[in-house]
Amino acid sequence: MNIVVNGENKKITSLNLQQAMSELGYKKVKCATALNGQFVSVEDRNITTLKEGDKIEVVSPQQGG
Amino acid sequence: MKKFYGIEIESPLMLGTAQYPSPSILISCFNKSKASVATVSLRRESSTSQSGNNFWSIIKKLNVRILPNTAGCHTVKEAITTAHMAREIFSTKWIKLEVIGEEDTLQPDVFGLVEASKILSDEGFEVFPYTTEDLVVAEKLLNAGCKVLMPWGSPIGSGQGLNNIFGLKALRSHFPEIPMVIDAGIGVPSHATKAMELGFDAVLLNTAVAKARDPIMMAEAFSYAILSGSLGKKADPMEPREMAVPSTPIFGKAFLDYDQ
Repeated sequence: MNIVVNGENKKITSLNLQQAMSELGYKKVKCATALNGQFVSVEDRNITTLKEGDKIEVVSPQQGG
Repeated sequence: MKKFYGIEIESPLMLGTAQYPSPSILISCFNKSKASVATVSLRRESSTSQSGNNFWSIIKKLNVRILPNTAGCHTVKEAITTAHMAREIFSTKWIKLEVIGEEDTLQPDVFGLVEASKILSDEGFEVFPYTTEDLVVAEKLLNAGCKVLMPWGSPIGSGQGLNNIFGLKALRSHFPEIPMVIDAGIGVPSHATKAMELGFDAVLLNTAVAKARDPIMMAEAFSYAILSGSLGKKADPMEPREMAVPSTPIFGKAFLDYDQ
């Protein structure tokens, strides 16, 4: 299915967010996620199903003031 | 020193982690400044660069408390989602809550700020709201559950110092028991000294150190400045007078003008 990850179009085969994170290469990355603007915890990623056109944000610790 | 949500910080300096020339300079600045809190943010991560992992390994070495921010959020929803992500990733209830209302000044949207503060406080977050010196807003933030206030000195990154001394003094004296951090607008060490002399409990700054030509020296300067202001306040300074009062005793002065 086609989804949008951090503003970029991606084509994935995963059906839930946890699988998608692995498929997209984030397995070993310290990161947090949001699906269509809603926070999804690490624990909930495997019960969060994805659908065509979903928008995922993946963020990590960065510099800030 | 007042406690921030039950935590007594070792030094009243909170230092940002952005805009340094290099990671090694960032680390040296934290060491020289003696900052006890580091502000950090969350930004989009690429699966290939893993920049977050690299940054996090640097921050962990600083051995300071982490204060994640919601910088760049313009709506309540954005700020709340960012706060949730920050709590998970940094394992802290602390959140420096920014809801920006105006682009040119990066002035907080105080209406959104109060709304987001209420929601997050009810969810167990310990909110550090980036606000103005407005007393009415401060009252509403406290009623929303905030136990710390972070009034701006002047617009973020402007380096203008404390633009409204009267307003900041009023805020300080109106809520004497509330821990308050001057956040934003600090440009030079004397600004931080002034903030501490006014009775604020800590100072949060970033650009003033990171964008100095010699960030490490500036970091050290700020550590002295904050200590100076803090001791000066604690020492209970004299009241200003309208007229001159000689400090050297008049009594006993030799009479030398024999022409009179």
